Amino acid sequence: MSDFLEVLSTYDIAGAFWVNIRLAFFAGIFGLALGTVLALMRVSPVPSMRAIGSGYVTLFRNTPLTIIMVFCISVLWSVLGLRLSSDFTANFFWLAVLALTVYHAAFFCEAIRSGVNTVPVGQAEAARAIGLPFLAAARLVIFPQAFRGAIAPLGNTLIALIKNTTVAAAVSVPEVSILMKEMIENNGNYVVPIFMAIAVGFVVIVIPVGLVTTFLSQRLAVSR
Amino acid sequence: MRRTRLTMAAGALAIGALALAGCQSGGGDDGLTIGIKFDQPGLGFQDGTEYTGFDVDVARYVAEKLGYSEDQIEFVEAISANRETMLENGQVDMIFATYSITESRQEVVDFAGPYFVAGQDLLIRSEDAGTITGPESLNGLDLCSVSGSTSAQRVKDEFAEDVNLVEQPGYSQCAQFLLDGSVDAMTTDDIILAGLAAAQGSGNLQVVGNPFSTENYGVGIPEGSELCEDINAAITEMIEDGSWEKAVQANTEGTGYTPSAANPPTVMADCGGVPS
Repeated sequence: MSDFLEVLSTYDIAGAFWVNIRLAFFAGIFGLALGTVLALMRVSPVPSMRAIGSGYVTLFRNTPLTIIMVFCISVLWSVLGLRLSSDFTANFFWLAVLALTVYHAAFFCEAIRSGVNTVPVGQAEAARAIGLPFLAAARLVIFPQAFRGAIAPLGNTLIALIKNTTVAAAVSVPEVSILMKEMIENNGNYVVPIFMAIAVGFVVIVIPVGLVTTFLSQRLAVSR
Repeated sequence: MRRTRLTMAAGALAIGALALAGCQSGGGDDGLTIGIKFDQPGLGFQDGTEYTGFDVDVARYVAEKLGYSEDQIEFVEAISANRETMLENGQVDMIFATYSITESRQEVVDFAGPYFVAGQDLLIRSEDAGTITGPESLNGLDLCSVSGSTSAQRVKDEFAEDVNLVEQPGYSQCAQFLLDGSVDAMTTDDIILAGLAAAQGSGNLQVVGNPFSTENYGVGIPEGSELCEDINAAITEMIEDGSWEKAVQANTEGTGYTPSAANPPTVMADCGGVPS
């Protein structure tokens, strides 16, 4: 056991988890922003907007994340020479953020749209009755209530996002799943304990997110 | 309601049975289950229903000497991270999968062999042959390796501080990046590189031939396995009768690769020991 702890201490596990957390943080912010825009499009009165919104969601929700990641590195980076940062390593980080963002935006959009469905039709009708155009009605009346109703599904999407950051290994981001492989490569005698240590790390990160989401979803729910 | 529950229970059972079937070890009493790589051309490669490569050739030779016929051998994929677990759980009888003999692995599994001595080397485009001569010349260049291996980090730590590392899940992605010009070199054990050059390079890729580590490829067997002595005898025989040499050449043909001077290796006298 003490030998195993010694092995653990030679690796920067916290640093690797920090990469995952940063990936989730940036992809979460960008994904939520993009998802909000998409949700707006999906509930808008303009048919072409609705078509674009649902087209995006259908396309990206049904494409495996790994495929999007591999596309980012094999096509955007390798063939098209896309550089999101002048630093060689940071470039892969932002490519991973891009892939996570476009993928999870579809899920954020659907979570928000489920929140929109919790807002009674009367609210939208009342907003229109006092003369608010669509965007103003959405910003002032519908979406504030929709977000409060969508906290639980948004939290679920965030948890999925945190765990999906391990897929960033495919675009050469030195995150925790790569570290785990490296540890197993060097210490084949501790395969199961290493695996458990990494798994526990994820549990420690994800459980508080779940607790906070549950707490907020109850606290902020619009009482009707 | 009752019906739905029954159906659900039946469904759950079916799923459980499927999962169990998936976990079952392939090796029966009368066969030999051998773990190999499926994705390394020239070493262990699944080509349709065929298996090819140097590891596979050695495995077939050894199995034959152990008294198994061709149709008694079952090859299963042993990815790097699963090798120890597969041996410990008895899912495979032997592993021939570029499995380096190391002390930490010897704590949980036994090794026969070694049957090959590889060394970390670089694979480059043939037109760079004069410029990239070893790991020291990689400063400022882009180097690809397989994620989770320590080979790229070793280059950065010991030879070229300013090398840019790209990590990919598989060797073939790295080779593709190298062919595309996205990276300047890739690194791993020389024989793996030679196999890739033979399979994917079509003459455009070559191994530098300046190995800077020593990896003794052993045959992974479960701890305390009685097969060890017999496997060692078979490997020695394979080296002596020339089949070993033929297998190396056949799998690295056309790449100009020659195994390092440490080859052919001498098998360990003591099965639990460390190669000299």
